[in-house]
Amino acid sequence: MKHTIAAIVENKPGVLVRIAGLFSRRGFNIDSLTVGTTDNPDYSRMTITVRADEVVLEQVTKQLNKLVNVIRVSELKPESSVGRELAIIKVNAKKETRSEIMQIVSVFRATIIDVSPKSMIVEVTGSEGKINAIERLLRQFGIMELARTGKVSMVRGSKVIKT
Amino acid sequence: MRKMSGAEAILECLKLEGVEVIFGLPGGVLLPLYDALYDSDIRHILVRHEQAAAHAADGYARATGRVGVCLATSGPGATNLVTGIATAYMDSVPLVAMTGQVPTNLIGKDAFQEADITGITIPITKHSYLVKDAKDLPRVFREAFHIARTGRPGPVLIDLPRDVTVGELDFSYPDLDLPGYNPTIGVHKLQIKKAAQVLMEAKRPVIYAGGGVRYASASKELLGLAEKVKAPVTTTLMGVGCFPEDNPLSLGMLGMHGTKYANYAIQESDLIVAVGARFDDRVTGKIAGFAPSATIVHIDVDPAEIGKNVKVDVPIVGDAKSALEELTEAVEPKPWSAWNDKVSAWKKDHPLSYEKSEDVIKPQMVMETIYELCPEAIIVTEVGQNQMWAAQFFTHKDPHRFISSGGLGTMGYGFPAAIGAQMARPDSTVFDIAGDGSFQMNIQELATAVLNDIPVKVAVMNNGVLGMVRQWQTLFYEKRYSGTTLGNIPDFVKVAEAYGALGLRATRPSEVEPVLKKAIDSDRPTVIDFVIPTDEMVLPMVPAGASLSETLELEG
Ligand SMILES: Cc1ncc(C[n+]2csc(CCOP(=O)(O)OP(=O)(O)O)c2C)c(N)n1
Ligand SMILES: [Mg+2]
Repeated sequence: MKHTIAAIVENKPGVLVRIAGLFSRRGFNIDSLTVGTTDNPDYSRMTITVRADEVVLEQVTKQLNKLVNVIRVSELKPESSVGRELAIIKVNAKKETRSEIMQIVSVFRATIIDVSPKSMIVEVTGSEGKINAIERLLRQFGIMELARTGKVSMVRGSKVIKT
Repeated sequence: MRKMSGAEAILECLKLEGVEVIFGLPGGVLLPLYDALYDSDIRHILVRHEQAAAHAADGYARATGRVGVCLATSGPGATNLVTGIATAYMDSVPLVAMTGQVPTNLIGKDAFQEADITGITIPITKHSYLVKDAKDLPRVFREAFHIARTGRPGPVLIDLPRDVTVGELDFSYPDLDLPGYNPTIGVHKLQIKKAAQVLMEAKRPVIYAGGGVRYASASKELLGLAEKVKAPVTTTLMGVGCFPEDNPLSLGMLGMHGTKYANYAIQESDLIVAVGARFDDRVTGKIAGFAPSATIVHIDVDPAEIGKNVKVDVPIVGDAKSALEELTEAVEPKPWSAWNDKVSAWKKDHPLSYEKSEDVIKPQMVMETIYELCPEAIIVTEVGQNQMWAAQFFTHKDPHRFISSGGLGTMGYGFPAAIGAQMARPDSTVFDIAGDGSFQMNIQELATAVLNDIPVKVAVMNNGVLGMVRQWQTLFYEKRYSGTTLGNIPDFVKVAEAYGALGLRATRPSEVEPVLKKAIDSDRPTVIDFVIPTDEMVLPMVPAGASLSETLELEG
C-alpha cells in the first residue's frame, strides 16, 4: 500500500542524509522523495511516498519524528489531498510523427518545451497515473530520455501543515 | 558577554553543564583544547585507547544518571570511539562525545586524519553536530547536553574542527530553541484509566520492567505498584536491580537466560505491563509465541518503541516515573492471589541453581560470595557467560549498581565502564565481573586505573575460552570448538603486577573468600584470576528462536 508523507524539516546540512539513512537502515521502502524550501527559508518540505502497511507506516512516522531536525510529519490521505508530479520526456520526433505526438500532448494538457529536427521534449504535470499513461503512449515513438520528479502534495481546503 | 577562544568556550559550556570529569586522549587537532584544559578544574582522565574513553564515560553516566563525556582526536581517535558510542546508543545512555576534526577549509579533501565522524555515527547517535563557526559552540553544547539527557537518553556527538577551537567568540549561554525536539512529558490520563482497568480485571498479571525504569529513577514507584496489586515483577538485563530481587514478588530476569519461573509466568500471564522495555528478541524468544494469552500495556518514553515489536493493547507514552505513580494511584489494592501462589511454587520448584563443588571454583559461587562480602558493591560486567552469571547469582537491588552492555553486548565494555563508575562513586566498591576474553579487549586500561588510583576490582572468570560462544558450540555444533580456545595466557597476575596493580589468584573454592576479602580491603586496582572449569554453562537457556516455554533440558 502506498502512502504519502509530508515532512517539514530544518533547512540544514545533513538532514537529507539522516532521513535517507533512516529509511534504508530500518528497511522502509521509499518510492519517491522530493525536497524544496518552504515560504520560510529556514525550513524545507519533503514529500515522501512509501510502500508500507499500517504498522510500518506508523513506525516510519514515529522514527521520522524522533529526528531532531524534523519539525512535523503528516500523512496525506489521497481522498483529502492533491498531489502532482512533473515529468519531462524527450521523444523521437520525425516529420511524420510530430503531429500525432502533438495530439497526445494536447489531450494530456502537456506542453512541448523543446523541438529539434529529430526530437521533442514534452513537459507534463499531473498524478502519477496520468504521467504513466502519457509515458506509455509516447513509448511507440521511442523515448530517448525521461526525467521525473517525485510527488509534491498538499491537503485540500484551508487546513495547512504548518512549519 | 565575555570574549574567549573556542576552546575556552567549550570548557565553559562543560562547566555550566556540571561536568566534573572527561575521559579522553589527545591528538594534533585537539592541541588548542588540551592546552585550555591544562588550566581547567575539569578533571581529564587519560585513557590508553579511545574506546575505553567512551565506555568509561558511559559507566560514569550509568552509575549516576548524569551525562558522561569523552573526547578523542580526529580520524582514528574518532573512529575508535564508535564501538563505545554504539554501546551507549543501544542501551540509551546519556553521553556527549567530542571529537577533533581537521580545519573547516580542509574538510572533504581527505586531509590527514580526516574521517567523516558525524556521517559514520548517524545511525548510532541520538543527534550530532559538526560545528563550523566558534559562535555556534554555546548553542551546540547547550542543545547536545539537553538532547543527551532528556526523553529517551542517548549519545550526542560534537565534531570540533581545529579552527573552531581557536576562533574567538563573545560567550553567552543561550536558551534552548529546538522546535523539532519535544520529548513527551506527562502521561495521558485516559490511557492510565484504561491500564488501571485491565490491571484490576487481570487474574494473572506480570510486570516486565526494563532499562527505562532505571533512567527514570522509578524503582520506588515500580515497587509501589507491584506491592499494591501483588503483581510479580520480572526485569530485563537492562532493568536488573530496578526491582529488589529479595522481594517475594521478584521473578528475577526473563528471557534467554532468565529464570524458569519468570518465563513460565510470562507465558501464562493474562496481562503484561511493560515499563521502559522494548521486547528485544533475547527477551521475548520467538515473538509469535510470546505471552500468547496476555493483554499488553506498554509504558515507554519513546513512542516509536510502542508497537515496534509486538501489538500493544494499551499504549502509554511518557516518563516511567509519572506513569507508574499515576497508575498506582488509579488502582485499588489487590490481595495475594492463587496466581501469586502458583508463581511462588514455580520459584520454589525451579530455582536458579548449579552443581556445587569442593574441588573446582564455580563462577556462580564467586558471585554469591561477592554478594555476601559486599552486597552494596557496584557490579559492572563484561560480555558472555561471566555477564549472565553476574546477573543471575548476585542479588541485585539497585539499578545504578548493575552496569552491563545489553543491547550491543560489547566485550571489553566492563573494565573501562567500571573505571567510569568508580570515578562517579569513589566511596563504593566497584567490581568488573570479567571473562578472560573480554578483559583482554581493554586490558591496557590497567595503566589508567593505576595512575589515577581508581581501585576497581577485576574478577576474571578465567575459563580459557570464549565461553558463551563455546557453549553454543557444545549445545548446537557437536562440540566442534572452532575459534573459541584462548589458551591459558596471559598470566593475569603478572599482567596486573606489570602495570603496578595488585594481582591475585584463586584456583580452589576455599581460596575464593580470602582472595575476595583481600581485594575488597585493598585500595589499589586489583585483578583476581579465578580459574574456573572450561565446560561450565549458563543455565537455564531458551535456545535462540524458540518460545520462552521451551527451556533446554540437559541430561547428565
Ligand atoms: C566485541 C565483541 N566481539 C565478539 C563478541 C561475541 N561474543 C559474545 S560472548 C563471547 C565470548 C566472551 O568470552 P569471555 O570474555 O572469555 O567470556 P566467557 O563467556 O568465557 O565468560 C564472544 C566472543 C562480542 N559480544 N563482542
Ligand atoms: Mg572466557
